[in-house]
Amino acid sequence: MPVIHITNRAGAESTLEAESGISIMENLRDNDYEIDAICGGSCACATCHVYVDEAWAARLPAQDDDEKGLVEDEPTYKPNSRLSCQIEMTDALDGLKLTIAPEA
Amino acid sequence: MSEHIVIVGAGHAGGTLATQLARAGDRFRITLIGAENWPPYERPPLSKQLLMGEVPTEKVFLRPESFYADKGVDLRLGTEVTSIDRAGKTVTLAGGESLAYDRLALCTGTAIREIPVAGRDLPGVHYIRTIDDTLAIREKAGSGARVVIAGGGYIGLEAAAALRKLGCDVTVIEMMDRVMARAVAEPVSRFYEAAHRAEGVHILLETGVAEIGGNGRAEYVADSHGHVHPADIVLVGIGVVPVVALAADAGLAVDDGIVVDARARTSDPDIFAAGDCTRHPNALLGQTVRLESVQNAVDQARCISNELTDKGADYAEVPWFWSDQYDLKMQMAGLPAPDDQVVVRGGPDSRSFSVFYLRDGKVSGVNAINVGADYVRGRKWIGEGRTVDAARLADTEIPIKEV
Ligand SMILES: Cc1cc2nc3c(=O)[nH]c(=O)nc-3n(C[C@H](O)[C@H](O)[C@H](O)COP(=O)(O)OP(=O)(O)OC[C@H]3O[C@@H](n4cnc5c(N)ncnc54)[C@H](O)[C@@H]3O)c2cc1C
Ligand code: FES
Repeated sequence: MPVIHITNRAGAESTLEAESGISIMENLRDNDYEIDAICGGSCACATCHVYVDEAWAARLPAQDDDEKGLVEDEPTYKPNSRLSCQIEMTDALDGLKLTIAPEA
Repeated sequence: MSEHIVIVGAGHAGGTLATQLARAGDRFRITLIGAENWPPYERPPLSKQLLMGEVPTEKVFLRPESFYADKGVDLRLGTEVTSIDRAGKTVTLAGGESLAYDRLALCTGTAIREIPVAGRDLPGVHYIRTIDDTLAIREKAGSGARVVIAGGGYIGLEAAAALRKLGCDVTVIEMMDRVMARAVAEPVSRFYEAAHRAEGVHILLETGVAEIGGNGRAEYVADSHGHVHPADIVLVGIGVVPVVALAADAGLAVDDGIVVDARARTSDPDIFAAGDCTRHPNALLGQTVRLESVQNAVDQARCISNELTDKGADYAEVPWFWSDQYDLKMQMAGLPAPDDQVVVRGGPDSRSFSVFYLRDGKVSGVNAINVGADYVRGRKWIGEGRTVDAARLADTEIPIKEV
């Protein structure tokens, strides 16, 4: 199983054994990592916002306009912001590091 | 000893509340009671991805079914709560069992509004409120199946889009002179009407359903103009009503929804309520409202969990909502009134535009179709009570951030 290294809102770090083939959002949500993911992954809410480690940013699938439009305007936006529902977990992402963004 | 929280209704609000309270560890003992046999799930996909068969059923669960037991939540499915004894602080379940609570949360949601015409009880008349409803429709929704949908609101239209995609022949019957009339301004209605027609959906406006008929099952819908539409599936989407009987029978204040205060408390200090079933004040809107949205279900559930964990704060959220039809993603925020000024930004021809609503110059609402940035801005402006210049807003040469 690939793993994701996660820093939660309180700053605590943990490692999650992730499931490939579903989104990173679903991995986080199903394991109770604080994200609301209100729209269930429809790219409509930005409540699945995470910051990905710089070293990983380039290795992730590119952001489409939809995701960009939504996340860029979040008050908590950073250049390494991503909506985790828009990234599918794969074995190639084994070791990915991310931080859950604060509540907007 | 842990405080026992009993949550009635294992829907979006109830499931969210249980999940949030479980994070407090031993502080609470949580019992989550749901009349349905499914663990808490998201309803939006019922008229979208699940109806199209794009996702397996488990994909719409809020959490995997095993989550609740893992977190110590006693999830009782297929169980209806039939009454509340406020003096004794117990609830009675359908089997007769009684359960004591320290605090009770009512998250009973809404029930479908039945269509008041002859033939409404015939087999083959469907609604979309539960997973079971959607699966039953999908089973019959093969290519060429004739579907008549009563109601051109967003659920009817989402279902129309999904069923077209499955190859069904779809007719939508709408009483008003435009679709989604309660939710959006005329330019948005007209845009969606045209989009559906272009996809081959027959839309009949200013038309009612007179009768549903057939031999032992629904086989046709007769409309108010005397036309008869043969049907393999009749789908009714004419709205919902809040489920308030439990609350009303227990003597709690009810007014088209269970009345709660800004902390989601009912008129009994030990009983809270959240989600579609509540009428609640929203300081940001300066009025009391009853909303039917995931946003409100989640935010109100959070309001209760904050209150119970000593982080209480008054409810003040910008309402927001979305709707997916074909490749059109509409995101909506605010609660515009029918007489608000309507400003269209961008051309509907591009299939990417937005409509802003202004009240006394202040942004009161936004509908953004395939233009997420306008939605995000609009939602922010509504929260800030910001005044914008209508002419600048309508000018797409000016980036939304600079309006
Ligand atoms: C087809 C469809 C599409 C939708 N699309 C969107 C969308 O795109 N975006 C959006 O924001 N919202 C959408 N909604 C609305 C959204 O799903 C609701 O606002 C949300 O589910 C409300 O959550 P709730 O917990 O208040 O109620 P519900 O999710 O309805 O849950 C209430 C639960 O309580 C149970 N219950 C009631 N009484 C009792 C009792 N006495 N004992 C035990 N259990 C009881 C019911 O069986 C039900 O399971 C959609 C709804 C539908 C039906
Ligand atoms: S879950 Fe809503 S945008 Fe990702």
